[in-house]
Amino acid sequence: MNADYLELTDLTVSFDGFVAVDHVDLTVLQGDLRFLIGPNGAGKTTLIDAVSGLVPATGRAEFGGQDLLGRKVHRIARMGVGRTFQTATVFEELSVLQNLDIAAGSGRSAWTLLRRRRGVPPSVAEAMETVGLTELADTPAGILAHGQKQWLEIGMLLVQDARLLMLDEPVAGMSGEEKEQTGHLLRRISADTTVVVVEHDMDFMRAFAKSVTVLHAGKVLSEGSVAQVQADPLVQEVYLGPGSHTAEEAAIVLGEGV
Amino acid sequence: MDVLVTQVFNGLSGGSILLLAALGLALTFGQMGVINMAHGEFIMAGAYTAFVMQQVLGAAGLSLLVSLPMAFLVGGLLGVLLEATLLRRMYHRPLDTLLVTWGVSLILQQLARDVFGTAGVDVPAPGWLSGPVEVLGFSFPRSRLFILALAIAAVVALSLALRLTPLGRRIRATVQNRQLAESSGISTRRTDVLTFFIGSGLAGVAGVVLTLMGSISSNLGTSYIVDAFLVVIVGGIGQIKGAVIAAFVLGTVQSWVEYSTTASIAKVILLALVVAFLQARPQGIFQVRTRSLA
Repeated sequence: MNADYLELTDLTVSFDGFVAVDHVDLTVLQGDLRFLIGPNGAGKTTLIDAVSGLVPATGRAEFGGQDLLGRKVHRIARMGVGRTFQTATVFEELSVLQNLDIAAGSGRSAWTLLRRRRGVPPSVAEAMETVGLTELADTPAGILAHGQKQWLEIGMLLVQDARLLMLDEPVAGMSGEEKEQTGHLLRRISADTTVVVVEHDMDFMRAFAKSVTVLHAGKVLSEGSVAQVQADPLVQEVYLGPGSHTAEEAAIVLGEGV
Repeated sequence: MDVLVTQVFNGLSGGSILLLAALGLALTFGQMGVINMAHGEFIMAGAYTAFVMQQVLGAAGLSLLVSLPMAFLVGGLLGVLLEATLLRRMYHRPLDTLLVTWGVSLILQQLARDVFGTAGVDVPAPGWLSGPVEVLGFSFPRSRLFILALAIAAVVALSLALRLTPLGRRIRATVQNRQLAESSGISTRRTDVLTFFIGSGLAGVAGVVLTLMGSISSNLGTSYIVDAFLVVIVGGIGQIKGAVIAAFVLGTVQSWVEYSTTASIAKVILLALVVAFLQARPQGIFQVRTRSLA
């Protein structure tokens, strides 16, 4: 079995008594492309916030055998855990290349920080190629198209050498073609990393997910392949309301193949 | 013509002093958003560093050149001390920060009075900075030219550092988006401390320069802190180039108004102009514009 995997045990996040993530157990192996879905407020984003250290949590969140909880955000990032944010979040006033450079150089010592570095490091060039932004290297990130910003975010995770990538709605606001490209990009990346994607886009989920976890009110409701999850009556109930539903109804919300 | 040249030069000269006093603040207040009322006392500390250096080294020329890096270090260390002990506990609490740093400023002033006495002390300028330079029949004081050159050098050095070095990128990244910076593996704590060190160090350098303008005393900082804040606010928060333009504009306006009225009336008119300007452009000269969705 691979050493790199994310294992959440009894993970709980509460804000002033409101339990946003409620005793979640979750295991994602290397090579997986796991989609986290669920209605609004299910705790999907809070869950990846907790793993990346942005909100305090109890329980355990192990990656590569080390507990992440209680560590500082930048320490977790340097352990190979990368995440993107819901709205495309890049350093708007820095160029594409500079954005990638920041992500690539987080571990540098104070001394090298003062030296002007010449040339583009191979890892940065490679990441830029992978996400298809090579021609826009010197463009300020603030004026990139929405989809390109999302790709830049993914590129920043690649140069960080992130082995666990957590993406918060990576295809929100993208055109069909951009989604398609993003999906293939994620497939390629997930071959040798662990990828967790929070997504509302069911078509995108069906096309590219290797496995799915459904969260509801902070708890894991269902887990399995796309087909298994879609067929789960509990999932249908959460998305469609209580009562029995026809296959057609379920298909409209959860997609074909129910 | 005579008056014109003299007034333009006075404006540039006044502007360069304002700029040096405000440049560090453009970093700590403009970039980090910390209201540091003790910034003026860091200037004072820089000035007294120059005084002590001259007492120790004797030679005015050598001591001035040694004082510049020393004052940067003294100001910077004071800043780091303040940041590490007090300010780090009160980020996002601007009112508390204002009061606390004002208290620190009073303490530092009293400390200076206890150590150096209440009377002002003089730091004689070296020979190569006294007297005027004649250019095309006009004479310009050498010390003023030196200050102008130093101010320009400081701005160029700071903006190159922010633009070209990885440390500068890290500072800009932390300013633009703290969460993303952390998630990218940047220690924002360390970046904050370094930013504060540089900003406060620049105040120290400004202090050295002010010794060329006259005698120095414990209230040196109080006479510059308000002007420094004005420069940063008029320039636009977080914009070094805004601070540069604002400093020279304010310096020029002040010198012209002072020429036709008195120093205190000039101050009143200047403040009125700033208030009017901020009514029209609350964000200052430059505004940060992006296509950010957030």
